[in-house]
Amino acid sequence: MINMFEVNETNKMIEQENLDVRTITLGISLLDCADSDLKEVNRKIYEKITTLAKDLVATGEKIEHKYGIPIVNKRISVTPIAIVGSAACKCPEDYVTIAETLDKAAKEVGVNFIGGYSALVSKGMTTYDEYLIRSIPMALAKTERVCSSINLGSTKTGLNMDAVRLMGEIVKETAECTKENDSLGCAKLVVFCNAPDDNPFMAGAFHGVTEADAIINVGVSGPGVVKTALEKVRGESFEVLCETIKKTAFKITRVGQLVAQEASKAMGIPFGIIDLSLAPTPAVGDSVADILKEIGLEHPGAPGTTAALALLNDQVKKGGVMASSYVGGLSGAFIPVSEDQGMIDAVVAGALTIEKLEAMTCVCSVGLDMIAIPGSTSAATISGMIADEMAIGMINQKTTAVRVIPVIGKDVGETVEFGGLLGYAPVMPVNRFSCEAFVGREGRIPAPIHSFKN
Amino acid sequence: MKKTIITVIGKDTVGIIAKVCTYLADTNINILDISQTIVQDYFNMMMIVDMNNASKTFGEVQTELDKLGEEIGVAIKCQHEDIFNKMHRI
Repeated sequence: MINMFEVNETNKMIEQENLDVRTITLGISLLDCADSDLKEVNRKIYEKITTLAKDLVATGEKIEHKYGIPIVNKRISVTPIAIVGSAACKCPEDYVTIAETLDKAAKEVGVNFIGGYSALVSKGMTTYDEYLIRSIPMALAKTERVCSSINLGSTKTGLNMDAVRLMGEIVKETAECTKENDSLGCAKLVVFCNAPDDNPFMAGAFHGVTEADAIINVGVSGPGVVKTALEKVRGESFEVLCETIKKTAFKITRVGQLVAQEASKAMGIPFGIIDLSLAPTPAVGDSVADILKEIGLEHPGAPGTTAALALLNDQVKKGGVMASSYVGGLSGAFIPVSEDQGMIDAVVAGALTIEKLEAMTCVCSVGLDMIAIPGSTSAATISGMIADEMAIGMINQKTTAVRVIPVIGKDVGETVEFGGLLGYAPVMPVNRFSCEAFVGREGRIPAPIHSFKN
Repeated sequence: MKKTIITVIGKDTVGIIAKVCTYLADTNINILDISQTIVQDYFNMMMIVDMNNASKTFGEVQTELDKLGEEIGVAIKCQHEDIFNKMHRI
């Protein structure tokens, strides 16, 4: 039988160490909403989302009470809209109406974000993919809760450099369109290489075309719990360090698994995957950077950071896979700048640069995430940053992403405030040398040699 | 039978157990196990209870225990046992 020590340990994790379930994300396929009449598409989308997700928030809250564990976000991901709207949308403006419908549906069911305003263009862009991409700046400026993601490459297909070039411009334009709010639109826009179909985390969540009609994916978190566990093994060997991270990750993931099964049962929708991610928030004690410090770095960015992060990421996975039969999504440690107080401190202290962050993305689960850069950064430079990050993903057969915010009107030394879970960020300097002639080339970068496994 | 774990934590004072147990008895909740200690003047109790025949819903019991806790000056939490089982048992 459960004893008092175990009960207290769990409750201490929840109350003092910010253990929570970060998100229950309901994936909804909108493939059956396709129609040649735009009005009809919008009507079907609104109806399907508001019918399937009507109990999502209430179910989440019920589970929170039953187990005494906070479920911070309830969210929805949908089929990439470029596909859903392909038969009806004749121009970028047509796609914007779908974004507005998604926003309205999200508000109606009470979720804080809806992801899937997406296009998958890893090898080539169709006309409708391009319409969607060109509509992003307007769509993100006109909506509140819609998140957009674009898959620009994969290990199997190589990198679509035409799309990479276009996305540099789109990121810049999105920043311009939302400049009154510190270019907040860019915080809801992410580009991927090897994007997973079942990621529950925003802004990159979308419901892949290989998925079932509806599915529940859960993202767990708990960097504070790992940090506290590591405080007890200061100075111990790597073996002890790894063992501690693994055990903690196991415990955290089991809670996620429980919540996922409950939600799935309550809503009558199959369970998809658990995303084992250490996702920080700006709250004190909810930081991945603090774990890296606890492992032995003065600040993230110091020599040794990539090794420490590699170790952390791997142990989180090893502990987590034992706790759930279906693990997927991004799974690992997130290293966003603005959403992690320890990372912000490291940038302010001068310990952490974009180049070091790029190195860290080779071993972590996501990529250059929530990084504010000067508004004067050129579209070509942003495309260059995207290309670098995508290349890391392509060659290493992993997911990588870029979510940078060129803050219009702000420069290095200034701070941007996004509010809420998105936090705040110091504007970071970007390498000032040009890559224009490189990103100006047309076509795609071929798939790497090790992708030919047939 | 699914069980519920009730934890009571706060500054020690006269009659905490009595008040909590009276409430549980009035609501027809059966106590299966109690363990209790005092750590640095802090009262720390865990009860395993069976709520299957309770006269109120889980949500109501939670709210009322919360209120009772406020009156006594302790924090009372009421959670389904599965969260602990899942976390601490393979």
